[in-house]
Amino acid sequence: MIHEYEVVIVGAGGAGLYAALEASKKAKTAVISKLYPIRSHTGAAQGGIGAALGNVEEDKPEWHAFDTVKGGDYLTDQKAAGLLADEAVQAVYDLENRGLPFNRTPEGRIDQRRFGGHTRNFGEAPVRRACFAADRTGHMILQTLYQQCIKNDVSFFDEFYVLDVLIEGLTCSGLVAIELATGELHVFKAKAVLFATGGFGRMFRITSNAHANTGDGPALVSRRNIPLEDMEFFQFHPTGIREMGILITEGVRGEGGILRNKNSERFMERYAPKLLDLAPRDMIARAIMTEIREGKGIKGDRSIDDYVHLDATHLGQAVIEEKLPEIAEFSRTYLGIDPVERPMPVHPTAHYAMGGIPTDVHGRVSVDGKGTLVQGLYAAGECACVSVHGANRLGTNSLVDLIVFGRRAGCHIADFATNTDFGSFPKDAAGPAKKTLERLFDGNTGPQPEALRKTMQDLMMQNVGIYRRGNEMDEAVEKLQDLRQQYKELRVKDRNKSFNTNLLEILELGNLLDLAYITAACALNRTESRGAHAREDYPDRDDKNWLKHTLARLKDDRVSIDYGPVDVSVWEPKPRKY
Amino acid sequence: MKIHLAIQRFNPEKDNKPTFRKYEVEVEPTDRMLDALIKIKNFEDPTLAFRKSCAHGVCGSDAMVINGKERLACKTLIKDVAVKDGDTVKVEPLRNLPVQKDLMVDQSPFFQNYRKVKPYQINPEPVQEKERIQSPEKRKQFDDATKCILCAACFSACPVKQEVNPEFLGPAAVVQASRFIDDDRDKGFEERLPDLDYPDGIWPCENRFECTRVCPRNIKVTKLINQTKRKITEFRKKSPTS
Repeated sequence: MIHEYEVVIVGAGGAGLYAALEASKKAKTAVISKLYPIRSHTGAAQGGIGAALGNVEEDKPEWHAFDTVKGGDYLTDQKAAGLLADEAVQAVYDLENRGLPFNRTPEGRIDQRRFGGHTRNFGEAPVRRACFAADRTGHMILQTLYQQCIKNDVSFFDEFYVLDVLIEGLTCSGLVAIELATGELHVFKAKAVLFATGGFGRMFRITSNAHANTGDGPALVSRRNIPLEDMEFFQFHPTGIREMGILITEGVRGEGGILRNKNSERFMERYAPKLLDLAPRDMIARAIMTEIREGKGIKGDRSIDDYVHLDATHLGQAVIEEKLPEIAEFSRTYLGIDPVERPMPVHPTAHYAMGGIPTDVHGRVSVDGKGTLVQGLYAAGECACVSVHGANRLGTNSLVDLIVFGRRAGCHIADFATNTDFGSFPKDAAGPAKKTLERLFDGNTGPQPEALRKTMQDLMMQNVGIYRRGNEMDEAVEKLQDLRQQYKELRVKDRNKSFNTNLLEILELGNLLDLAYITAACALNRTESRGAHAREDYPDRDDKNWLKHTLARLKDDRVSIDYGPVDVSVWEPKPRKY
Repeated sequence: MKIHLAIQRFNPEKDNKPTFRKYEVEVEPTDRMLDALIKIKNFEDPTLAFRKSCAHGVCGSDAMVINGKERLACKTLIKDVAVKDGDTVKVEPLRNLPVQKDLMVDQSPFFQNYRKVKPYQINPEPVQEKERIQSPEKRKQFDDATKCILCAACFSACPVKQEVNPEFLGPAAVVQASRFIDDDRDKGFEERLPDLDYPDGIWPCENRFECTRVCPRNIKVTKLINQTKRKITEFRKKSPTS
């Protein structure tokens, strides 16, 4: 079946829905999502959305921008960070005006709390910048945006999975998707396509990410000769529920929660004397791993599954029930621990991709760091790399990113579509997608996807995790290449057309394998430590050689790496201390 | 421990009616039911179909009927439903919605009813300041309803829908309506009235409390339905003609 839309948006999380709201005002727009829209992982974001409203104490967007740049270890593009911080303020008011139920101050204004790396006056002390709706801020954002899409009658294609994006030369003309209910192929002709497919934390064994976070957008464009930016930077959130990886919001520490080792010591005093438990995530994740390695984890056996305690017992029942009810429930359900009474066992969990599809501040995909654009191709949200997060994202800035750049991309794509005609369209548009499906259904038998998935996840966790070494990453690159070869032997066992989740999972695994491979290759290539990329064989930041963005292309089964400039036009890079 | 899952299977391309198939699976008591289903799919039967995403009870993908009760598979631990080796856990798709395949149901009737109640803020008045001012007390009045993740567990468990009136709007849609009606920033009460105040709207509810009992978000669903009924009754008393 062939559809014609001016704009096609892939993904119905925060970025996709916001873009859809804006785009559908002017252009005929379709939203394609492999999930029902309200199931997207934006809904799992907990702690807050940062914006310098100054509702509870003095704050300025400029301070927010600086924190974002410093938090990103100076790999952040500085003017883009300024935009993020400036527009965050109006974005939060817009969400409130559209009905988002933020917590309130006694005066009835949007309440704000502290979050990691957000400071007043360029690093003096923590500032209350995170606007929050209990600890389900992402859920409320997703609900509010979906409500607005219903109100504005946005067209959805629920449970459609994208197989291919049509890019020829430097022009995008649509995409090919499979309808999960029927197994039928659908071709979407479009003037412009926007990817908002979210993250890909499922390449790691322990992750806070949903099963659906398989990086479909970045993987698809990388197969169409579009480079991916800064893929070596993957954030581990310091506080995931032990073994399961379920996120325990930084908001716990924002409200005063404390990390402790087996001696009950507040160990962050030694690592970040000023910001303590509210230092940026990369530093805290490393601090926890160091404590564990030194035998100061709770078990004390230096094992990979050792953990530390997140202590919220002194906050009192009222604060926990009113401001942190969700994590209290997670802790009770999955750990059998009431955080009012006992500390929670936590360790770092793979959480957020700083890298992704390279874009400018309008969401337009650029391919070479010089501003060469792909006509009609856009990306926003976690799958994109503007780059506002640099080498390490600050807490709350993911939600800011979705709203600010989802909106900007939606506005731009609408204007683009109204001023452009449908271009030429490839003759056999669905050909490559059909070929992939034919191979998977050819009746041969192959290895089980689960074995490949587990090997990949363990490899990424152990060899491309929080602390990295050249020889280990070398091994990872080689083994991932081998896994990608084995992947070609996979075949579906479920030969039905309707809701073939076996097929879906094999396709998702293919995306994860390609992204894991690119991530490992980029991490091996960058011989310095910066933000979330911490190399034991190169422990220092090296601005002379590495103050640049990585642009990685998947070429003939090899990763070829190029570079782009970082915008450091506002603040001079300095050593990062907290 | 080793337990059995008796899972309702239905393949629309082959079967006329659903059948049960039993699987043996090795699990820890603290594993999630979702983990057990994934294990079966990965190692025993890749054709088994169910929805999943966040795996920690916030996305609403994996509501199903486990041992006769609507639950999220990712928020149900094995020890909640099986105590010893050899125990059998019965797993079925949600009720009151057409089965698409195995544990997957067609959610569109559920979302159609959700859309009916105009689930978005209605307030044509311009915002006076940057944000609309709302006291913490007023904010609290609709907090419970904001927790809803639209998983359809209540819609499935509703005995009124099952036995009395299949056209009943259903609990979740009323919860969503109340989320706005009880929010002092919303002015859409009268606009929503025709979507609630009709024979198949809010009124079929008989206070059977099954919705409240199964809600994986612990929302006091029946209470919110009754509050909304009272608001409508009071409004009708004051202005019987509108």
